[in-house]
Amino acid sequence: MITVEQRAEFRTHFRYNVGRRLVIDKIVKGIVFACVVMAIIPLGSILLEVFTNGSAALSIEFLTQIPGAIGTGEGGISPAIQGTLLLIGMSSLIGVPIGILSGIFLSEFGDNRYGKAIRFFNDVLAEFPTIVIGIFAFLVIVLVFGNFSLWAGTFALSIIMLPIITRTTEESLKLVPVTYREAGFALGIKRWAVITRIIIASAKSGMITGIMLAVARIAGETAPLIFTILGSSQFFSGFDGPMDALPLRIWRISMLPYDSAQAQGWGAALVLILIVLSINIGVRYVFLRKSGGAFRFRSVRRRL
Amino acid sequence: METITKAPNAVNLIENKKYKLVAEDIVASYDNVIAVKNVTMKFKEKAVTALIGPSGCGKTTFLRCLNRMHELSKNAKISGRVLLDGEDLYSNHQDPIINRRKIGMVFQKPNPFPTMSIYDNVAAGLKLNGLRNKTILDEIVKGCLEMVYLWDEVKDNLKKPGMSLSGGQQQRLCIARALAIQPEVLLMDEPASSLDPIATQKIEEMMNELKKEYTIIIVTHNMQQAMRVSDYTGFMYLGELIEFGETKQIFENPLKEITAKYVQGQFG
Ligand SMILES: Nc1ncnc2c1ncn2[C@@H]1O[C@H](COP(=O)(O)OP(=O)(O)O)[C@@H](O)[C@H]1O
Ligand SMILES: [Mg+2]
Repeated sequence: MITVEQRAEFRTHFRYNVGRRLVIDKIVKGIVFACVVMAIIPLGSILLEVFTNGSAALSIEFLTQIPGAIGTGEGGISPAIQGTLLLIGMSSLIGVPIGILSGIFLSEFGDNRYGKAIRFFNDVLAEFPTIVIGIFAFLVIVLVFGNFSLWAGTFALSIIMLPIITRTTEESLKLVPVTYREAGFALGIKRWAVITRIIIASAKSGMITGIMLAVARIAGETAPLIFTILGSSQFFSGFDGPMDALPLRIWRISMLPYDSAQAQGWGAALVLILIVLSINIGVRYVFLRKSGGAFRFRSVRRRL
Repeated sequence: METITKAPNAVNLIENKKYKLVAEDIVASYDNVIAVKNVTMKFKEKAVTALIGPSGCGKTTFLRCLNRMHELSKNAKISGRVLLDGEDLYSNHQDPIINRRKIGMVFQKPNPFPTMSIYDNVAAGLKLNGLRNKTILDEIVKGCLEMVYLWDEVKDNLKKPGMSLSGGQQQRLCIARALAIQPEVLLMDEPASSLDPIATQKIEEMMNELKKEYTIIIVTHNMQQAMRVSDYTGFMYLGELIEFGETKQIFENPLKEITAKYVQGQFG
């Protein structure tokens, strides 16, 4: 038994400790805050730099014209915008459904040897250098069909998307409490309906974040595109021909020794950022509007 | 909807006729650790049977064996028979899903589907099983919410999320959800354990209504509740069914000493 004296001693000890803890608490909070600032400074300065340098290049001509003669500062990046939008759209059409289905497989049926093996290879694929994926697409599509093409680029970018979406889908589904699953099964609802109508509905926000991460990732990929779509200064003329894309254009023109080209490079970078940002906001708006995931402020405002 | 065509075993039919549900020699385990030991129990039609016993004695596990939910747990094993109207759920070659539509379940913690409205929660079992007829759905939703005395509280807010209700309302919503698929047996696992006395009373009143139509099996920690709502009571201890009989007899005149100790609150 603890004696009354010991108890009293404990108390003073605790009081002393609380004081020290408050100090430690303040220090840790300070460190955490400093880390946040340190993380935000580079992010903020990149955005600021792109916006200030890039907005100067923006004009109707810049957004709608094909590139002009090198060094003249004329023309625009329209084919690159077109190519990036096409690549994002086509890669998502392939990568998103396959990624989501694999994620569902791993989370719902992957508790065995096959699941473990697939999970392992998926993680390896996620960490693969993307240039290697580009070379792979070059070997199996470009060399086989004999030309650089949008198909090859789509192929490479969907492979890059896949592991990201698979992993985030699996993790989001696993986060849904088992009680909802059981409630569904107890109502005699078939497994597939429980997964698609109950579990996925609860995991939607996380899954969409994963898809958006993957979209942002492929929107900025450059290396695999060098080996697949090559680059071009003309508008889209077919899925089996070379094409331009924003990261490729940025990479090309910003290496040129002309001030006008550099300015256009900044402009293209700004356009790329704006595209990714608007896709992200648009998709969240469309899919998460009702469940209140990303747009909760709407309902709050309505209540006010 | 699928119907049973197989003829039930003749001997069992005679023996178990007056019983809606019969559990025979149920042994259930997790990771090869036995949680329910050879429990045999018979449940009368249109009566409330209470399962009591200290926590960890296997009440929930046993209940989950009755609608084939136990086998969904990881590394869970089960043997024995569960006869619904004389037919074994475990060997009638029917999808467990069909059996679960006949035996509804209410869980200990209210668990309305988080992304669904009040209406959709009640309608979920029917909608997700393919029923589309809006008139029928409306009628069933209203009827089930009335049965759990929730209709008047929510009738103007059917579109609101199920999660926006209070704990007691959520639990009644879950009972309505279980009733909507028109089961014949209702399993309730400590349905009132996290509720305040008023919500508890509402659920008890509701059970008295429900038993006119359903066979109800309720797990409870609350002796008074068992006495108030049940016709029969089973006392479980360390995975075994120690004593089973009419509620009055179990509480006033138990045959086993350990039952007497438990119902008098000497341990638990
Ligand atoms: N999912 C599970 N995995 C492993 N063991 C479990 C699981 N659920 C329950 N058990 C064990 O089974 C025994 C019976 O538990 P349970 O049926 O929940 O008891 P009760 O409902 O009577 O409190 C306990 O010893 C518990 O530890
Ligand atoms: Mg329990």
